[in-house]
Formats: sequence, structure tokens, C-alpha cells
Amino acid sequence: MASQIDRCFITRGLQRCSTSRFLLWIAPWTAMLIFGLYCAGLCLLKGLNQTNMDNRYAFGLWIFLDLTVIALGAGAFFTGFLLYILKFKELKAVINSAVVIGLVCYSGAMGVLMVDVGQPLRAWFTFWYPNVHSMLTEVTFCISCYLTVLAIEYLPIVLKNRKLREVPGFLVFEFELHKLIFVLAGVGTFLSFFHQGSLGGLYGVLRGRPFAFREGIFVWPSTFFLFILSAAAVGPSFIILTTSLVEAITKKRLVKQRAFDLLARISGLLLSVYVLAKALDTLIWINRTSPGRGFLASQYYDWKPFGTWILFTEIVLCGLVPALILLAPRLRAHRVWMVSAAALACSGVALNRFVQTVQTLALPTLSFDKFLSYTPSWQETGTFLAVTAYGVLVYSFSFRYFQIFPEERELKAAQVIEPEVEEPVSAGRY
Amino acid sequence: MSTETSKKAAGRYGMTIDIDRCNGCGSCMVACAVENNVPPAESGATDRTGITWIRVFQIDNGGRGAEKRSAFIPMLCQHCGDAPCVSVCPQQAIDVNPVTGIVEQMPERCLGCRYCMVACPYHARYFNWWDPAWPAGMEKTLNPDVAPRMRGVVEKCNFCHGRWHAAKQAGTSDSLSAYVPACAEACPTRAIRFGNLDAPAADVALGSQDPDSFRLLESIDTDPKIYYRSKKKWVREAANAPRPGKETPRG
Repeated sequence: MASQIDRCFITRGLQRCSTSRFLLWIAPWTAMLIFGLYCAGLCLLKGLNQTNMDNRYAFGLWIFLDLTVIALGAGAFFTGFLLYILKFKELKAVINSAVVIGLVCYSGAMGVLMVDVGQPLRAWFTFWYPNVHSMLTEVTFCISCYLTVLAIEYLPIVLKNRKLREVPGFLVFEFELHKLIFVLAGVGTFLSFFHQGSLGGLYGVLRGRPFAFREGIFVWPSTFFLFILSAAAVGPSFIILTTSLVEAITKKRLVKQRAFDLLARISGLLLSVYVLAKALDTLIWINRTSPGRGFLASQYYDWKPFGTWILFTEIVLCGLVPALILLAPRLRAHRVWMVSAAALACSGVALNRFVQTVQTLALPTLSFDKFLSYTPSWQETGTFLAVTAYGVLVYSFSFRYFQIFPEERELKAAQVIEPEVEEPVSAGRY
Repeated sequence: MSTETSKKAAGRYGMTIDIDRCNGCGSCMVACAVENNVPPAESGATDRTGITWIRVFQIDNGGRGAEKRSAFIPMLCQHCGDAPCVSVCPQQAIDVNPVTGIVEQMPERCLGCRYCMVACPYHARYFNWWDPAWPAGMEKTLNPDVAPRMRGVVEKCNFCHGRWHAAKQAGTSDSLSAYVPACAEACPTRAIRFGNLDAPAADVALGSQDPDSFRLLESIDTDPKIYYRSKKKWVREAANAPRPGKETPRG
């Protein structure tokens, strides 16, 4: 009986696993989510003494998580921008998935932020007494607005559900919402550019932290622009990564190779520009910004384990290398190379966010102060895992009951698992 | 976004701390806690999670045996003229008092995001990781002029703002000139002196001009209003070195 009801919600023509198998899949993630919610509840009820953060490590695992998932979730705005504004039609195949990923990343980040602040009930103060000079104000405004945009963008995906379509009102609403999609894509792009930049600016403006401080243009430090660029570069890579993962788990072809190819090319191109800009920024910081404020850049890398290997890993191994792979047509035609490069690119951005958040706080500024380390508590880790579980669950339910990949039916009908050959895409447009 | 922070103050209250006079007794820390209703540390608190608006650091010259020399550096909010914490607070919970130049924290408006703590290079800001609690009976010793802070907000030295308000309410020039924070009052060696840095005849104004006086992290342009002084070269070097035992940077 339950199985029959479940089947009624699955889109016609799509093949999904049995209800019991699906329940088996979501069971461990649900358990992880419940455990994480318990951890978050402890932090909310008993206070942030449940974490291992302290007066020196005022930011910890959660801020790292926020910055990383928001960068990875950038695929939502950037794919929307490419599809609806720049008219890259091939990306229609992944836009729904990008929206779900974006929604998961942004709502997860917002949820963790609410646990991370000491007085969550005062969150509205930022809107009531905004300090327009604070990057955090800009981040709060833009993320809140963009999460609303993402929720509205997610609605048509939900309303296309087989069962919900039976309600005429929903059909009309979905149709009307669809007309707004270009406006939403434009607004989303505008908001995302600003908050991605502001997240970079959060650290770049820290005049008291020479390791993080960067010069810039007008009021925006260089990290403002680097964060926008890096998020735009890895957003498509994360879509490649997640889509490939879903294909591997479900053993289905969901997206044609040309969409993958286009995403890889865009990601590779932007990543190479980012690597160039990041290398230039690092050189300016080493030779001018940091010494100008009384700190030799070399001293930051004396504190183990934060050696110069981090710079190499971030810029070369997880920046230049994946950029070159994604730009090389022969290499990216092979799924293994493409996915590996996408994974490296995503890791590089995660490492960049780690350096910005954790390494900045680890380094002492006063000569008589100590280098201190920090290990997250199980409550922090549990909350972190809850976001992961929440993401997997929302994506799993969306994949099962909504049509996340419009090409899936067509690919299933063709029933061809062709060798991964390069298909011509709209060459010359970028 | 990052630059408009320095509101020019009519007064400029500051401190001079004579490191050569400080014997590290900790009277300033105790007096500060009592005056400002800083609760006793929770059983689970460490030196990294406890609250002490003024904290005495010990430094030494690296020598061994009879060659070893130690000094004590009381660290508190430096009440920067161009405070990095003010501009970053998303909800204007930090302000520079236009009359005194004191960097003020409003716990009632604080969200507890701790961005100001990240921005402060002096690590002089403290978060309330626990609910404030006093042992039974001890709450009777609380200072009625200072509101205790709740869990989940940031606090820091405010030059005993309760005393400033009391002096202002008394309304005489004598009461204002007698205004002094608890730490300066309690210091048995008079290592800590307090006053208006803009009043030419004031002890602190003269002390700040001393050739042996210096401010911490001057190179990052925060314009702190705490002046330290030591006649010992090793102390001045140790307090201002980018990292002990490392080469001097350019710039």
C-alpha cells in the first residue's frame, strides 16, 4: 500500500528504486540528521560552551563549513546566469539540480549560522540596526534575500510533481512562476555576486590580522573579487561532481555529455583566471601588503602544520592542475579525468576557505602571544554532519519525486550507454 | 565599508602602563572583575574561554638561570582611535564615545557573532560562553552600577564606564578629574595611570611622550590609546617584535 502511494508521486517514465530500498538509503542519513539536530539543540540550549571554540578561535568549523558550502552552492546562481541571461541552452539539463544544490547549501549554511551565533533570537537586529560598513551586514542581507530567491526557484520544481500537478491551482501558479524565472535569475546573480564577494571581504578587511588583510579597489579588498571568481569557477565543477555521483549511485545516465563538457570548459576557464588572479594577489601580499604592516609573510608559514605546502596545494595542485585538465578537450572527454579535476577544484576552494578562517585565527599577532590549535568538539562535528545529511536527504527526495534532470527520460528511451565522446557544443561563444 | 570607523573624539582617555613597575601581582585583574561584575570562571572554563578584561602576560628575555629576566605586560582593550572592531560589527553594538574616545560595547545589542573578536589583533575581547553565575550569597557583592552580561554576547574593557557615568552625574570638575578605572586605582605600584591624553599637563599625556614609551602593533595603524613604557631595551623589543627571535621586517 505504502509502496503504491509512493509510486504515485514518481514522475511518469522515470525509473526509481523500490520504496524499501529508498528507505534503506535514507535511514543512515536520517539517523545522522537526528544526531546532528541533537548536537545543535545542545548548543542552542546549553550555549556555545558545548563547542571547542574559544576567545582566540572565535570562529571554527562552522564558519569554514558556511564559507565552503556557499562557494560550492554558487553553481545555482552561476548556472542560472549562464542559462537565462547568457542563453547557454545546454545547461537546461542541470539547472534544476543546481537549484536544489544551491537551496541545500544556502539553507544549510543559514541553519548553522543560527546555531553559531550566541543570541540567535537577535538575528533581526542586523536588519533593524544595520551597520552599513560591515561586510557581515552585506552577507546577511544578500544571503537572506538569495535564499528566498532560491526557495521561489525551487517551487516550480516541486509543483511539477506528478501528484501536485493534479491540482489546477498549482499548475497555474507554476506557469506564472516560470515567467518570473528570468527576473529571479537576474536578481539571484546580483545578490550572489555581492555576498560571495562580501564573504571574501569579511577577512580581507581585517586590518588587525595581517595574514588575512588585503588591499583592494575602493572599499573592497582583493579577496572580495577572488571569492566571486573562485565561487563562479567551482560552482560548475560541483555540479559535475554531484551529477556524476548521482549517476554512479543510481547507475543511470542523467545528463548528456555536451552539458558536462560545457560546464567543464566554463569551470576550467574561470579557474585558470582565478589561479592567475590568486597568484598575483599572493605576490602583492607577500611583497607589499604584509611587510607594509610590519609582518614578513614568511613568518606565517613557520608555524606547523601551516607550511608553504598549503600555498602550493591551493594554487597549483587544486587550482592550476584542474584548470588545465578541464581546459584540455581530450582529458575532459574522459569522465574520470573530468570528475577528478572537478573534485580537485572543489577541494582547492575548500582549502582556500579553511586558510581564510582557521589559519588566520591560529596565527598570533602579538609577539608574546602563542600559536594555538583548535579541534572541533563532537557537538560541532555532529552539527556539521547534520548539514551533510540534510543535503543528501533533500537531494534524494528531490531526485526521487521531482524531475531534477529533464534529459533523463530521453536518455532512458534511447537506452544507449554510449562511450564518452565529445559532442559539439556552442563553440566560439566563450 | 572598512574605512569609516574613526569618529574623532572630543576627549581622548587613555593609559600609560609602566612595565618596569608591574610586578605581575594581578590586583588589576581582580579589581576589574569585582568592579565590572565579571562572574567567577565556570568549572569547565580554561584560560581561553574565561573572561578577564585585563590579562597580565609574562615575557622573558630568553636567558637561563641568573641571566633570566621577566616582565609583565597587562593587556586590555587598547581603545583604538581607529578601532578594527567597530567597523565589522553588523548591528552597531560597538561604538566610539565621542566625548571620551572610549570604545564601548553594547551587550544588549550584541548578536554574539564574534566577528569583532576575530577583528581584534590584541585578543582583548571575551565571549560569554556560559551563563553568568555567582556562588550563593556572592551576588550581594555585585556592583549595582554595572549590568552583568548574559550568555552569548561579547564583552571587554570599557575603562569602567560605570565610574565615568557616576562622575558625570556628580557634575563637578573634581568628580570628572577623579574618574579613574578600577585597575589603575588598585595597582599597588602605580604602574597603571589613566587620564586624558589630550590634556597637556596630565600624567598620561606626559607619559605617552616619554621616549621609552611605545604602543603595541603600531604598524597596523589602529592608533591604540594604551601606552606601555620600559627603560629596558629587551622588553621594548620583545613586546614589539613581529615574532620573538625572528628577523625584523621591512616596512
